[in-house]
Amino acid sequence: MNVQGTVHKYGDHVDTDVIIPARYLNTPDHKELAAHCMEDIDKDFIHKVKPGDVMVAGVNFGCGSSREHAPIAIKASGVSCVIAATFARIFYRNAINIGLAILECPAASSGISDGDQVSVDFDTGVITNVTKNETYQAEPFPPFIKDMIEKGGLMASLKAGKAEA
Amino acid sequence: MGMTMTQKILAKHAGLDSVRAGQLIQAKLDLVLGNDITTPVAVNEFEAAGFDKVFDKSKIALVMDHFAPNKDIKAAAQCKQCRTFARRFDIDNYFDVGEMGIEHALLPEKGLVAPGEAVIGADSHTCTYGALGAFSTGVGSTDMGAAMAAGETWFKVPSAIKVNLTGKLRPFVSGKDVILTLIGMIGVDGARYQSLEFAGPGVAELSVYDRLTISNMAIEAGAKNGIFPVDDITKAYVSERVSRPWTAYEADPDAEYERTVDIDLSQVDCTVAYPHLPENAHSAREGKDIRIDQIVIGSCTNGQLPDLEAAAAILKGRRLARDVRGIVIPATMNVYRQCMKQGLTDIFLDAGCIVSTPTCGPCLGGYMGILAAGERCVSTTNRNFVGRMGHVDSEVYLASPAVAAASGVAGHIAHPEEV
Repeated sequence: MNVQGTVHKYGDHVDTDVIIPARYLNTPDHKELAAHCMEDIDKDFIHKVKPGDVMVAGVNFGCGSSREHAPIAIKASGVSCVIAATFARIFYRNAINIGLAILECPAASSGISDGDQVSVDFDTGVITNVTKNETYQAEPFPPFIKDMIEKGGLMASLKAGKAEA
Repeated sequence: MGMTMTQKILAKHAGLDSVRAGQLIQAKLDLVLGNDITTPVAVNEFEAAGFDKVFDKSKIALVMDHFAPNKDIKAAAQCKQCRTFARRFDIDNYFDVGEMGIEHALLPEKGLVAPGEAVIGADSHTCTYGALGAFSTGVGSTDMGAAMAAGETWFKVPSAIKVNLTGKLRPFVSGKDVILTLIGMIGVDGARYQSLEFAGPGVAELSVYDRLTISNMAIEAGAKNGIFPVDDITKAYVSERVSRPWTAYEADPDAEYERTVDIDLSQVDCTVAYPHLPENAHSAREGKDIRIDQIVIGSCTNGQLPDLEAAAAILKGRRLARDVRGIVIPATMNVYRQCMKQGLTDIFLDAGCIVSTPTCGPCLGGYMGILAAGERCVSTTNRNFVGRMGHVDSEVYLASPAVAAASGVAGHIAHPEEV
């Protein structure tokens, strides 16, 4: 699987309160959540993001609250993949559970600039910066997580497991 | 190789003799928790997956605390969805307005968490129960929904940081100051994916409530959990609340820690975390030039009875400074009632504060104390991110109840010794 898009670049410790402020958590509706994605640190994001775009950030992306509304808002905004130097653990787990592609790659995090065109090959973990003509190798998923993603996320994986048992 | 406390609890719940850091395991759960914001998403996932029963109706806790009493029509709809689910499956531990409290204060009070148990909650501060020697950690709604059906979940066994506590706390210094100091030392991702294992002779100097505050904010250092040994102080608290059998686990003497952080409690002073990260720790003595507009005393971090007693001791016979609003929120109905019985409510009202029924409200910028642009709040809550309590140009300073009360009286950030 491959994706390609324009990069929206952010810094370190992007927390779930800025990804989706709690004042909008009175609904689980994906489209409503997406409409406010990132607005407290980048109020233009939702107007400039296009389907397939890539979000790139520094360390500890998604720290703070366990709200699954955060990866939901990013995914529903059209972002195809989040690349960060590191992720906070609850966000990492939530993103995989809901099927938002995420990759840990410190080299890509530091090498990629806002507005770059980037493509991602999820089978190899290779990230290509088309604008700068550079490539970066991301950490591959552990086999356990890869298996879960291939089954279609946590719920589908759980149902598949029950059916086998 | 020996195991840490966390690893021993996980091994037991996975049915294994031993586990090692990095190992992926499937573990049985003693309790699955959700609140009025995270449960609707979990219920949607649960129903979309076609599940028609829960694993154990006595091992699920649903607490309406974040936007309850309902702040608006949408919040009311979310609580209604939770209530409908709870009634459909006859969930034993469903807590709504009237008997609810802030989840992480309520569950220990009700005896729903005991040493050695494994708990997940769709709320990041689920790590609070490490104070009682349990393994507990925050997850998302899909994990919660799946766990309500299966009664188990997967974990990556965490490596550990040992936090070696020595010495004795000075007057006015509390668990909040200890955890803000620790986060200041190791940073907001200093324990990312790891367990914080508290140890050393200083543990015996900390009350259960100090420990609850410390474990509560383990997540603010990125930790998976923060756990305390089970001692006489834990046993005294648990024996009054828990009737089922439970197990105290001890770390092996040769348990492996990636590093050890030493904290001499006698060197910890009243500490304030400045915007916009909990790691921005400063002494409360440095804040004289920082004027404030509001104090909030409450939350899952600091809304217990001893927290309110500490605030009342400062506010007794005093008034909040002109133009400072004071919002006091007892964390549970029991704490609320005790405040009235002990005369704390009168002290707060006389000082010019309001006293709310339990809610997470202002902590996450929901309602009941939202900040305008340019306003500053000293708050006993747990996060000071951009926009956390209101406008993106407002500021939250994290502190203990004593510091928040002293700051309210002074009109600026103040050490309790100053008032």
